[in-house]
Amino acid sequence: MGMTISEKILAKAAGVEKASAGEILWAKVDKAMMDDILGPRVEIAEKLKSLDKNIWNKDKVVVISDHYTPPANAKQAEIVKFTREWSAANGIDNYYEFVGPCHQIMVENGHALPGKVIVGTDSHTCMYGAMGAFATGVGSTEMLGVLVTGEIWFKVPETIKVVWDGVLPKGVMAKDVVLKTIGDIGHAGATYKAVEHVGTTIENMIMDERLAISNMAVEMGAKVGIIPSDEKTEAYLAARGITDGYEHYESDADAVYCETRHYKAEALEPVVACPHEVDNVTAIKNVAGTVIHQAYIGSCTGGRYNDLLEASKVLKGRKIAKGVRLLISPASKEVWDACEKDGILRMLSEAGGTILAPSCGACLGLHSGAIAPGEICISSTNRNFLGRMGSKDSQIYLASPVSVAAAAIEGKIADPRKYL
Amino acid sequence: MDKNMIEGRVWKYGDNINTDIISPPAYMELSIEAASKYAMSPIDESFAEKFKKGDILVAENNFGSGSSRETAPLTLKYLGVDIIVAKSFARIFYRNAINLGILAIECAETDKISDLDELEMQYLDGIIINRTKGETYACSKMPAHIMKIIEIGGLVPFLETLEK
Ligand code: SF4
Repeated sequence: MGMTISEKILAKAAGVEKASAGEILWAKVDKAMMDDILGPRVEIAEKLKSLDKNIWNKDKVVVISDHYTPPANAKQAEIVKFTREWSAANGIDNYYEFVGPCHQIMVENGHALPGKVIVGTDSHTCMYGAMGAFATGVGSTEMLGVLVTGEIWFKVPETIKVVWDGVLPKGVMAKDVVLKTIGDIGHAGATYKAVEHVGTTIENMIMDERLAISNMAVEMGAKVGIIPSDEKTEAYLAARGITDGYEHYESDADAVYCETRHYKAEALEPVVACPHEVDNVTAIKNVAGTVIHQAYIGSCTGGRYNDLLEASKVLKGRKIAKGVRLLISPASKEVWDACEKDGILRMLSEAGGTILAPSCGACLGLHSGAIAPGEICISSTNRNFLGRMGSKDSQIYLASPVSVAAAAIEGKIADPRKYL
Repeated sequence: MDKNMIEGRVWKYGDNINTDIISPPAYMELSIEAASKYAMSPIDESFAEKFKKGDILVAENNFGSGSSRETAPLTLKYLGVDIIVAKSFARIFYRNAINLGILAIECAETDKISDLDELEMQYLDGIIINRTKGETYACSKMPAHIMKIIEIGGLVPFLETLEK
């Protein structure tokens, strides 16, 4: 009986020949990521001190201040200060701040490599699945265990295989692919499981698109959302000076899946997730005309170069509707610089968009674009939970960056295809 | 916590009580004590006030979905939540609860349980008795490797036993 990618990576990390779904293994962790909001300041620093233990390997720990940067108030500033000072005092050289959401920073800086086991204190750590890594979110107490031992226990997950074949129609993005998948599997349909995304549609996607897919694995309850690494992954890493130190894995032909789903890319049309659950997915035409107040393009899900580029094609030479605000937060400083260099930020700005710092900010309503009671936001982020972006009496629709751009033009949810 | 027997009064919620509900992001910069006042506030502003230590939190499907934030189980624990019964839990929340020594018990029949019911939980045997309604339900038993962490009081006491 063959093994899935997840089984192979976990077996390797646990130092055993073979792993199969259901077994409990202790795996060695390659990188442990902490952010500001859920990192050292939530019990970890204090308990590490009271345990009087050393960090197992400082080079394998990455700390990123992103949720509270730039800080909106003194409390947030204090948390960032604490995170910065804790990292320095503990000899963590891999410390980043003010450069964008942690997951994008991990990937851009080569901390998320194919075939590795990576854990992070943020639930969207599953995004590194797009690099071919077994990556998942953990709580702070669990992170404390990893910091001390360098290991973590996993129940080897069963895998749901999701196959997308064919070419996506114009105006349909990776975000639509993942929303459609989540709508079908359901927000708890993959709980405890791994999801493996394969097929020609996925193979043909650039890394920016694959990352958008794996990012949302946790929105169906999954432990990881893995995509086999390939020459595209290699090229992405090589462009960042990383040419070795990792291994590719693929599932065996006779690997066991608990479920397999097939989709035809040609049949997909733009979709949205309606309030207040990510699996509340419908074709955009079913909610077209819904009035919006804010349109948001950003986050570790929908704020990469390709997202801003595609949105700029919709907005080029057009203006956003009166009374609507379009906020754009590039997913990192690197994305910002690249979009600036290629004139994308200018185009978005000329259409009436406001360019914000690379940050988590509005994605979870902490700063830079929280929404008021009664307001509706359409967003390229990953969660539309009640109250997430601000008031608990507001509403969030999740959609692709081009759909968000189209909504900004009309002031209402709209099909982006007419603008492309 | 008594071994294998917990009695208490129920506060009951429905499906998909996610971490943005349990621990709203806007209050996460506060201390656990201050933030706990807002636990569950998007759906029940009275939760922090009415929940008393010894009460049992009961919900339906997919409790704790969303974020990995440990502020969710930490604020609940601060308010005295030692045991949560749900039809199912989201994965990260489940692990976080265990690591903090909160019992997370799965029971397929929580729709039969209502606010203020009195429950008797024999959790090592996988039995819940609803004294108010005179019903008995089956529930999950904790896997042995997890019970070990709970018995020692959570992951931190476990780490204390390790060599430096
Ligand atoms: S951008 Fe949003 S989803 Fe991504 S890490 Fe930040 S808060 Fe989380």
